[in-house]
Amino acid sequence: MRRLSSALFLLGLGLLIAAIFQTMEFGSVAPIAGQAINAVAAEQVGAANFVTSVVLAYRGFDTLLELTILFTAATAGGLVLGKPGTGAPRDPDSGFILRAGADLFFPLLLVVGLYIILHGHLTPGGGFQGGVILASAFFIPILARPGTTMDHRWVSMIEGLAGAGFILIGLLAMLGGKEFLTPLLDKGELGALLSAGSLPLLYIAVGLKVGAELAGLLARLSETEAID
Amino acid sequence: MDTGLILYTAAFGLILIGSAGIVLSTHLVRTIFGIALLEAGANLLLLLATYREGNSAPIIVDGRIPAAMADPVPQALVLTAIVIGVGILALALSLALRVQRAYGTLDLREIRQRLEQDIADEAGIELSSSSDAPQAVASRQEGQA
Repeated sequence: MRRLSSALFLLGLGLLIAAIFQTMEFGSVAPIAGQAINAVAAEQVGAANFVTSVVLAYRGFDTLLELTILFTAATAGGLVLGKPGTGAPRDPDSGFILRAGADLFFPLLLVVGLYIILHGHLTPGGGFQGGVILASAFFIPILARPGTTMDHRWVSMIEGLAGAGFILIGLLAMLGGKEFLTPLLDKGELGALLSAGSLPLLYIAVGLKVGAELAGLLARLSETEAID
Repeated sequence: MDTGLILYTAAFGLILIGSAGIVLSTHLVRTIFGIALLEAGANLLLLLATYREGNSAPIIVDGRIPAAMADPVPQALVLTAIVIGVGILALALSLALRVQRAYGTLDLREIRQRLEQDIADEAGIELSSSSDAPQAVASRQEGQA
């Protein structure tokens, strides 16, 4: 009975979405804001990657709130999972190949993650993407050696400092009489590594924060073994 | 076939499959994966809103400004949505882990039953059920007799 009503609900939902799609002709939405940003972003912000200009300059405050949501999720996850159980059975140690592979991957992932964070204003990528790669660099060794734990004090220290750094850069703009999170510093040459003012600094803060948060959350999930 | 139609169908399909996973599955982790699929469909739909075939990425490479660039606004929005999706996924999975520890099962029907039983026990009341339920009717008649 429940299955039938669920199936009927899905049928109705499908018809509803199909009806909405019917009225939305493909490509009918005019990218007014996007065109305007594409026209002036290189001049105004100085970042070669316009998506970065949107994320950090035009709606930097949104990004700060997004970081807050991620922080809330990580904190709530830690709160729900609680302290890792000491008596919980651990997975057996992995084999030689996996352990050696984890050791080899650690520096490689660090370099790739930092590269993606530092070139966020020039190439596709940025703080969020690079931060996830940094988190995996610290998480893969834990997967290879299930017994090891992560020092959560360091993780929360990095996370807190990065978040404070993001807000501090925003507040520095206010000191100069501008609005919160207005890009600061010299714009530099378009396409150079040291360009786009304070945007790379903001992305470094984002990358460190995302990396520390995800690594801490994943480590906590793996430390909390489910009891069968 | 038209690329736009294929992409639209993919978004439509992902949303529908995700909803089906949420509504039809009785396993908690499958429900969470349904949410993830639904998110992917919604993100794809958001990106498609201003999609134009042949537009290049909104990035200036070597000082050359492409003739037609994609809209950067939906891309930035989807970046936000993906990150929030990861947060939701992590929180949902840790809650599922907690449920598994408390009840020893991830079957939603069983969890619901035990949850209702726990709430009724805590409140000190009888487990409420439909008057048409055969077991409940039988037990009430026994109580009257």
